[in-house]
Amino acid sequence: MDGLTLFGTWLAAILTLCILSFLYKDNPFYKFAEYLFVGVSAGFWIAYNFHNLLVPNLVVPLFGADGALPKLVEEGQLDLRLLTVIAGLLGITMLFRFFPKVAWVSRYGIAFSVGLGAGLAFVVYLQANCIYQIWGTVRLSPVVITESATGWTFDWGASLANTLLIIGVVSALVYFYFSKEHKGVLGATARLGIWFLMVSFGAAFGYTVMARISLLIGRMEFLIDDWIKGTLTTLGLL
Amino acid sequence: MKFVRWLADIDRRILFLLIAVAVVVPLIFPLGMRVKVTTQAQNIYDQVESLPAGSRILVSFDYDPAAAPEVHPMALAFLRHCFAKKHKVIIMALWPQGAQLAVSAMAEISREFDIVYGRDYVNLGYKPGGDIVIKSLGSSFPKVFPTDMAGEPTANLPVMARVRNLKDIDLVMDLSAGDPGIPAWVRVANALYQRKIAGGCTAVSAPQFFPYLQTGQLIGLLGGLRGAAEYETIIGYAGKASRRMDAQSIAHLVIILFIIFANVSYFILRRQRAEKGEGPKAGPSASA
Repeated sequence: MDGLTLFGTWLAAILTLCILSFLYKDNPFYKFAEYLFVGVSAGFWIAYNFHNLLVPNLVVPLFGADGALPKLVEEGQLDLRLLTVIAGLLGITMLFRFFPKVAWVSRYGIAFSVGLGAGLAFVVYLQANCIYQIWGTVRLSPVVITESATGWTFDWGASLANTLLIIGVVSALVYFYFSKEHKGVLGATARLGIWFLMVSFGAAFGYTVMARISLLIGRMEFLIDDWIKGTLTTLGLL
Repeated sequence: MKFVRWLADIDRRILFLLIAVAVVVPLIFPLGMRVKVTTQAQNIYDQVESLPAGSRILVSFDYDPAAAPEVHPMALAFLRHCFAKKHKVIIMALWPQGAQLAVSAMAEISREFDIVYGRDYVNLGYKPGGDIVIKSLGSSFPKVFPTDMAGEPTANLPVMARVRNLKDIDLVMDLSAGDPGIPAWVRVANALYQRKIAGGCTAVSAPQFFPYLQTGQLIGLLGGLRGAAEYETIIGYAGKASRRMDAQSIAHLVIILFIIFANVSYFILRRQRAEKGEGPKAGPSASA
């Protein structure tokens, strides 16, 4: 590990410990690391977006490598690079939000991006997240019979899984049906729906715990391998 | 009863300490616990195996360093498998820092395989736009990525020679920490262009993608660190994810034990207070 990497590793390790110190109680070291993180993140993203979004998508297409503005019409054809000017102007309109008297101008940029997003997403969202999911449920059969070497057999596992899925989908949907009071059969189905929803929330929470522990493991691994072992190896003690 | 009271009022910092010990000890002294492979992970492996050598696999690095402890090991395991099968890998990113993480992954992988940049793999870099980028790739790769990450024209790279649009891609593997990520690839590349999509994601987001598996919109899914460990197990590589799963399992065990302890102490104390006439709703003042 060279000197600069070692310095970076120590800095990262100290900041990690500063953040973890919050687990004991709120303290100035935690606050320092927190504010530093927010400030560095803001600065990083401004620079990153300038160099990776504005420059390659607006500056370079418009001015090219030679820095010259494109001609409006070249050889009888409209220079398509000029379209980036429209995109750039729409982007600039969003900055008008900082000036209350002309804040309304920002609506043009926002309206364009929202309209574009909605138009593009409508069909694909409907197809991927609605039609496919309905199809995925209605095609399920509560009775699954499979062919094996010995003949036809009733697949208990698949049949039970399909039945549970059908009951779960229907009862959870019934729970969100509010046009009629949840009494009688409707109420019982809705209560069953709550059970299915709770099981799914529990599974999601379990995955969330797993994710957070994974992040902790990642940090601990960094402290053990990169910081402690790395430093000892660099100093020739390991 | 004193023990039950102590358990109910335990300082949460003791739990933090126990979790830290449960994580650190297995990292220093690995236990080598076995990881059971699920069908979702096996399906991805089988798909890569079934493709003929030289197939084009698109790997989208749609995550950032915050999700790297979970997603990066699965990226490494999947890339190892692809290169072992002599597939061509096209890397791109819908997240700004994804392209740089791909550089880091390829730096590690290229030491293990006889692969050449431009011939066996390419890093096209980051392109903002999410769904719009994927939709544009359905029409033309060169228009979306005229150059690779380093500025080299993609037309000059042999690996991109017969890649005109998404239809020339045999498999898409999306390594996702949010959106744009798996949802975007499913709703555009799968729904519009019928491409086979495999996914790897953080554990937090995994449950929302299971419906995509049931409908076949995703051919397989690696969920969190466990998913990465499963893929390492299938390809027979003891990587970081397998090592981290020991710590993960022990930490889960500690959490489960304390969930049981907390519930048992809660019900014991509730019954005790009810017997004393303090009301059945009164519970312990547990800080944990």
